[in-house]
Amino acid sequence: MQSNAALEYDYSVAKLYTYTAILFGFVGMLIGTLIAAQLAFPELNYLFGEYGTFSRLRPLHTNVVIYGFTVSGVFATFYYSAQRVLKVSMAESKFIMFVGKLQFALYLIAATAMVVTELMGITQSKEYAQMEWPLDLLIVVIWVLWGVAMFGLIGIRREKALYISMWYFIACFLGVAMLYLFNNMAIPTYFTSGNLGSMMHSVSMYSGTNDALVQWWWGHNAVAFVFTVPIVAMIYYFLPKESGQAVYSYKLSLLSFWGLMFVYLWAGSHHLLWSTVPDWMQTMGSVFSVVLILPSWGSAINMLLTMKGEWNQLTENPLIKFMVLASTFYMLSTLEGPIQAIKSVNAIAHFTDWIPGHVHDGVLGWVAFMIMAGLFHMAPRMFKREIYSKKLIEAQFWIQTTAVVLYFTSMWIAGITQGMMWRAVDEYGNLMYSFIDTVTVLHPYYAIRALAGVLYVTGFAMFAYNMIKTMTSSRELSEEPQFRSPMA
Amino acid sequence: MFHWLEKRPFFFAVGVFVVIAFAGLIEILPNFAEASRPVEGLRPYTVLELAGKEVYKKDNCIACHSQLIRPFKAETDRYGQYSLSGEYAYDRPFLWGSKRTGPDLHRVGNYRTTDWHENHMWEPSSVVPGSIMPAYKHQFKNIADLETAYAEAVTVKNVFNVPYGDDIKPGKAAWEAYKPKVLAEARKIAADMKNKDVKDAVAAGKVPEVVALIAYLNSLGSSRYEAKK
Repeated sequence: MQSNAALEYDYSVAKLYTYTAILFGFVGMLIGTLIAAQLAFPELNYLFGEYGTFSRLRPLHTNVVIYGFTVSGVFATFYYSAQRVLKVSMAESKFIMFVGKLQFALYLIAATAMVVTELMGITQSKEYAQMEWPLDLLIVVIWVLWGVAMFGLIGIRREKALYISMWYFIACFLGVAMLYLFNNMAIPTYFTSGNLGSMMHSVSMYSGTNDALVQWWWGHNAVAFVFTVPIVAMIYYFLPKESGQAVYSYKLSLLSFWGLMFVYLWAGSHHLLWSTVPDWMQTMGSVFSVVLILPSWGSAINMLLTMKGEWNQLTENPLIKFMVLASTFYMLSTLEGPIQAIKSVNAIAHFTDWIPGHVHDGVLGWVAFMIMAGLFHMAPRMFKREIYSKKLIEAQFWIQTTAVVLYFTSMWIAGITQGMMWRAVDEYGNLMYSFIDTVTVLHPYYAIRALAGVLYVTGFAMFAYNMIKTMTSSRELSEEPQFRSPMA
Repeated sequence: MFHWLEKRPFFFAVGVFVVIAFAGLIEILPNFAEASRPVEGLRPYTVLELAGKEVYKKDNCIACHSQLIRPFKAETDRYGQYSLSGEYAYDRPFLWGSKRTGPDLHRVGNYRTTDWHENHMWEPSSVVPGSIMPAYKHQFKNIADLETAYAEAVTVKNVFNVPYGDDIKPGKAAWEAYKPKVLAEARKIAADMKNKDVKDAVAAGKVPEVVALIAYLNSLGSSRYEAKK
């Protein structure tokens, strides 16, 4: 017989991933700021010998913020919210609890190995898929364990209908699994050469143009299924929870979900416009990128309209600020992306700093804002204490918002300047600038971007401090808050 | 239908999978049937060049350099003939990069020399005033991993039918027999260099990373089409 008492949810795994999200977020963003500064001030390349050059640190930055910070955030919010929307506690199944903890332990091992191998330069040199084959195998195990925990919880759920957030978490699980497996197909050379050379080394199953296609099918859709899908899952859970408002439209959420699933995968080839990939694939990538505005804006508008009639909360509750601005940046970045995917625009934008600029209004303004808001919302419920300081959140919000704006505006200018200079010709049709001219001209923008990095990482340090204080010394709560998170 | 699906996680997951797998089936697979064939006369990378490609990967040159010349006049004027699919047939992985903080390198072998690269890797601003590229002095000390490069050649020969000679075969003995050829190639590069440590190392049978890297950079361009004649 079912008891009517409120369920006591178990947050032990969610807490573990909260810690790693804070740790990796800080480290990853710090490295990002350092490499941003290296472009403006090249002397900074020599702080750590061969391990400190821009080229060696750049993949470390991307991997630590993606697989360290973002993925930790995804797991933390999943292990927190899945129990609640499925109405089942992790504590009800020893097996699922064990799987969750085992997954975390392996995750820590993999993350550490990732940092070490990348510093050493052991890499497949494919973007966002740098890790060599032994690590790939470990990641497959971690991912399968996540699937076991997810479908385990679903299997013993009390709430029969899956809430929108669960749709997105399921899609994240399936999408990453499929893409990761295909892109990392490689043959370890040690075993095929009569035990010669390094055990770690492998050679890709695909060559040249084929390899590029598979890689960007992954590269683009890793953005879809790590930076978009689970983050949408978060906002569908946390915004209604924090604001006390019901999701504006079920139909809109249906349209956006199935639309996003269908359209996103096609767009990968927009990373390969004007390359040696067949023309029709490039055109498909370009067209579907523009179509992608619909489902992306569908989710974002659905979230903004969820606040209908309650916009006063925007001034009163800083967490609502974070989430509303996150959806707004999501709209900006999902409009900017399709613009860059138009072939004629791409001819100028590709290979320039406009691309990292675009990436960062998405990841800083949308992904990181949403993860931080989610973790702030979870903290009083997991640790049974109120949030340490509202003032600090407010200050953090403005510092980081300024940082994001500085980042993308400086990179817009840098990218378009460089793209135009590369193609500029004089009256006789000769190239006007040597390559180095197009580098030195960017110095002020690189300096501004580095400053943006300093501001953002400062904001993140404030977030970390606020969270740690909340966990350890904030005022205790006697009962769980209903909607708005209590803060001092 | 959607309400029905949302209560049935299994069918829901199957539905999601079908919808997301669809694009890959239509967009990716057809090109595999076509598989990239090498342009006529293209030779595979030598073992030393493969070792250099590993240095290129290890120090992650793709963070700032592309190897893809797009079909625009501004690009062909700057870097040479635009890139063709068949030129990448032996590239595993592809190293096109996605960002040009520095210039494209797909045909760098056509217009830069061993000597230029040596100066450039030691101190970039000595040959390109204003360069923001870091110096890669450690490549002059670190020894390239030739054995792994040989293992890669054996693998791609046996698994993907890359046309290497019969002297590339599995096992320690075969590698020891092959090694002198690699060292001879390295000595040719080192002869054009002036760094004393590098010359000494190569003379002693050890190949510093920078030598392998330069061999690889020199191979980017027309020199790999000589077989045509």
